[in-house]
Amino acid sequence: MKRWSAPLALLATAVGAWELAVRAADVPDYLFPAPSAVASSLGGDAGLLWQATLVTLREIVLGYLLAVAVALALAVALHFSAALRQALLPILVLSQTVPTVLLAPILAIVLGYGIAPKLVVVAVVCFFPIVVNAVDGLRSAEPELLRMMRTLHGGRVDTFRRVELPGALPTIFSGMRIAATYAAVGAVFGEWAGSSAGLGFLILQAQPALDTPRIFAAVLVLSALALALYALVTLAERLIVPWQSEARTHA
Amino acid sequence: MPAKGAVLSQALVELDALPLGGSGAVLVDGVVRVLGGKRVLDGVELHVPAHGRVGIVGRSGAGKSTLLSLVAGLDEPDSGTISVGGASVGRERLARCALMPQRDCLLPWRTALDNAGLALENRGLSRREARLRAAPLFARFGLAGAELLRPVKLSGGMRQRVAFVRTLLAGKPVLLLDEPFGALDAITRAELQEWLLAALAAEPRTVLLVTHDVEEALLLCERVVVLAEGRVTAAFEVDIARDAPRREVVTSAAFIQLRERALEAIG
Repeated sequence: MKRWSAPLALLATAVGAWELAVRAADVPDYLFPAPSAVASSLGGDAGLLWQATLVTLREIVLGYLLAVAVALALAVALHFSAALRQALLPILVLSQTVPTVLLAPILAIVLGYGIAPKLVVVAVVCFFPIVVNAVDGLRSAEPELLRMMRTLHGGRVDTFRRVELPGALPTIFSGMRIAATYAAVGAVFGEWAGSSAGLGFLILQAQPALDTPRIFAAVLVLSALALALYALVTLAERLIVPWQSEARTHA
Repeated sequence: MPAKGAVLSQALVELDALPLGGSGAVLVDGVVRVLGGKRVLDGVELHVPAHGRVGIVGRSGAGKSTLLSLVAGLDEPDSGTISVGGASVGRERLARCALMPQRDCLLPWRTALDNAGLALENRGLSRREARLRAAPLFARFGLAGAELLRPVKLSGGMRQRVAFVRTLLAGKPVLLLDEPFGALDAITRAELQEWLLAALAAEPRTVLLVTHDVEEALLLCERVVVLAEGRVTAAFEVDIARDAPRREVVTSAAFIQLRERALEAIG
């Protein structure tokens, strides 16, 4: 808990200063709402926000799971096939120059206005850090370990299961943590390209009404969702890769 | 209390249930290996009879580890032949050799027991079966109580013991030990050398031991060869009584003379 006290204090100070500055300069809410105005919107629009949160949460979670499944499957394929790796890895890296969130409008045209295009946007945004980290992690097994495995009756699949995959888990999880912070952004862009519900949609509606406190409230909820997903992935890592934290406490 | 050797051989009876890959004589004939333009090995000749123990000493970069890789079938010579238990094809050499690398190379996510049983699982045994076979060795190899600990909780000496049990459980006739105790402190090292002698007395295997510690080679092996500039430049038969306590052995005139001659040969 102690390591959180400094950042929390800083955050509290910043919010306090923000409140004071807005009140002192008498800035209208629609230009820049004070934290108190955002808080009252959180309270007043709770029902609306809750409905929207459920929609967006579903998109985030399902899209993220889709990304994890596809990325890990592809990483394993890339790991086992040098030819595939040589052909596909440069293209994957190159594809990152495409601003993936801008695929959202195209996806909306192709897949319609349901949940499908949102899932795909979230998945596309989250996919890359997971696949790259997983490929790196799988290839980072120490050569000495691999040689030893061969003298211990270890075939290709044995080595993958017992050495490469467990050894790659910490790296895979750091990719998954990075991706977790992207998922919420993906969902919002998906909703902006065409939707009738969700936090992104709420923001879009609040904007012409100059309901800036509500926009801030929605952004706050989105941050909380991203944070929750991040925390969940970290927790999963602790459960699945317990030797990592064990090693840290013994270092 | 029965003798150490007897207890160990009792423990290793279970290993006999696993078929060994033929007899374990190692024959290295005129082996040349060029790596990065350098003749790391330049006509190495070496013979290790089945169940014999040969130590290879030499300076760093003398090609000791390269030679072990070649014997193990992890690498092929540019010329010359290597046969292990009568087989000279790489895949067949690999089937007869187990390598204990310089660092213990224990998998941090596996308990000590599951690390030891790695080769058994690779051979298709279930984890449960592998544990059942590995567990008796733990009790008798001074590892009792360490079974469920992860490597991070084990001392350096314990880790090497686990690594050695893992190598034994591969069920191969030839053990290739690459600086097995190089990372240990002097006291633990001496302890493990005695431990290894007892283990090998109970369960004879063909052993190729690479080390730069001449004393270690003389203590553990029947024959010690010096590798320098890619060749075997000297060989010593170690004809000393091993049943005496270590302190007496290393201070005996015969041992000291052998050590001096070997050190001189390394140059």
